[in-house]
Amino acid sequence: MAVKDKPAAGYRGTGEGPGDLFCVSGSLTITRAASTARELDSLADPLTIDLSKVEKMDTVGAWIIYRTVRDRGAKVIGASEEEQSLLAQVADADKPAKVRPDVRGGLYRTLNELGLWMSELGQTLVGLIGFFGATLVGFANLVRRPKRFRLNAVVQRFDLVGVRALGIIGLMTFLIGIVVAQQGAVQLEQFGAEIYTVNLIGRISVRELATLMTAIMVAGRSGSAFAAQIGTMKITEEIDAMRTIGVSPIEALVIPRLLATTIMMPLLAFFAMIMSLLGGGIFVWLVLNIPPLTYVQLLQDVVPITDLWIGLIKAPVFGFIIGLAGCFQGMLVQGNSEEVGLRTTNAVVQSIFLVIVLDAVFAVFFSSIGWK
Amino acid sequence: MSERPPIITVRGLSNSFGDQIIHQDLDLDVRPGEILGVVGGSGTGKSVLMRSIIGLQRPSAGEIEVLGENMINRSEDEAKNIRRRWGILFQNGALFSTLTVAENVEVPIHEYFPHLKPPLLDEIASYKIAMSGLSPDAGPKFPSELSGGMRKRAGLARALALDPELLFLDEPTAGLDPIGAATFDELIRSLQQRLELTVFLITHDLDTLHTICDRVAVLADQKVVAVGTIAELLSLDHPWIQEYFNGPRGRAAADSYKEVAEA
Repeated sequence: MAVKDKPAAGYRGTGEGPGDLFCVSGSLTITRAASTARELDSLADPLTIDLSKVEKMDTVGAWIIYRTVRDRGAKVIGASEEEQSLLAQVADADKPAKVRPDVRGGLYRTLNELGLWMSELGQTLVGLIGFFGATLVGFANLVRRPKRFRLNAVVQRFDLVGVRALGIIGLMTFLIGIVVAQQGAVQLEQFGAEIYTVNLIGRISVRELATLMTAIMVAGRSGSAFAAQIGTMKITEEIDAMRTIGVSPIEALVIPRLLATTIMMPLLAFFAMIMSLLGGGIFVWLVLNIPPLTYVQLLQDVVPITDLWIGLIKAPVFGFIIGLAGCFQGMLVQGNSEEVGLRTTNAVVQSIFLVIVLDAVFAVFFSSIGWK
Repeated sequence: MSERPPIITVRGLSNSFGDQIIHQDLDLDVRPGEILGVVGGSGTGKSVLMRSIIGLQRPSAGEIEVLGENMINRSEDEAKNIRRRWGILFQNGALFSTLTVAENVEVPIHEYFPHLKPPLLDEIASYKIAMSGLSPDAGPKFPSELSGGMRKRAGLARALALDPELLFLDEPTAGLDPIGAATFDELIRSLQQRLELTVFLITHDLDTLHTICDRVAVLADQKVVAVGTIAELLSLDHPWIQEYFNGPRGRAAADSYKEVAEA
């Protein structure tokens, strides 16, 4: 039953006096806005617009007529009372509103963005150090008043960060063990040195891969969750509520999370090492015919115990960094929900980046103290 | 007025979430050219009723007709033709946060009339923004840079983008200060008169009910228990209605309205 808009057929005619006459009939609405505007543009001044045959006009139609009157001094005839009031309304609303934000040219914008980026980088770094300080103060307060320690919250975080990550981390490192073994075997076969595949699996898993991959998974799983949780709590003003009640958000939210990642990371990393060795072991057993017992014996011979220490010393540091970055970015959220997404991404990117930088530092450090 | 068919007809509407029954056998008519206020306690399903009418919520039973078209089981293509004839202002504006105010207004126009040239589109957006009572520099701002009242006005500008015949407003004055709420009421009233809109308005604001609503529909007991002017409603013997309009707040709003009307 919708009233179909009939086309606004405008036709030229010569009105009384010089110039064109534009007679609009049918409906003058948004449906015909583009063609009406085009037709009007093609006519010569001085223009007379006859609205007497218009059946239906909306504000867009009125705007197009109004604009022609304003810019070209056209004369409108035959407008009904309703149409006149509509024309008056759009004239009323003709305030030169800005529609687009200002855009400055290339070099200015590049420099501007570079500057903003640098200052943000600096602020983030300073903020992160400040946040680190605040958590240390929080820890100190807890040591002085151990009764304030929130055991339940911490245990719950242990479950979320540690226990629930076992499945995915186990599967991931198991597969990585297989991949390392398979790739290693293909390369070493060329020298007839397949037996060294065991060295490769053992050392790379224990020393590097297990801890690093676990850190990346924990950053993706828990670091992002921390940022999103704390960020949402900031938006809903829960954190402000906590502060006014006298609960320190650092003690209640940050420290349990930091403890969880710091304590769970070495445990998860150890589990990841075992799974990776298991994956590699199954591959060498099935493909290179090295039986499990021999595999374990070989591992004992070729993997020095210091490799295990290296892997396990790095893990809590990585965990701490991940927790810190996640909570820090969460605390930075302000304003709208878009910010939560942005900060969550930042938390993951930042923590993985820091983990890899620290991993490089550790590699140099441990080599130089002779743990080769 | 009676010879013109209602703009919205709801018959036998039922809605439920799991065991919880929101509406049962609800009937409602919205007449052309009126501002119908919808009131009801929290949880009586005012928003659900609106969502059912505009097709965001599939009712479990009932008939809904909007602008003469049946709304239940419509294909997306058919529904589009009806959708361009109404505008909706959601409670918090529901502006697209990654677009500027002007771009927000242009979204519906661009969706239905993609051939319109950008300069004309910008001009249209610009006068819609002015019509909604926003300052001229609001156009390039992002929703996060606006105050609550400005966000509602921007939402209204977007709702008016396609020159709708029917306007749905979900608590337009909630969260506004009394002065801001009063100006917003006036704005709705003047737009409704000038653009000949029919308005379906959900509100808790007693001042809004008194100043701009032609009729008020009361939702209670899972249905519309009464529709009429406030004077008509007051003569009814329903406990909720009596408490609502004759409670301390209801009386204050009625008194201030009387004072204004007398002055």
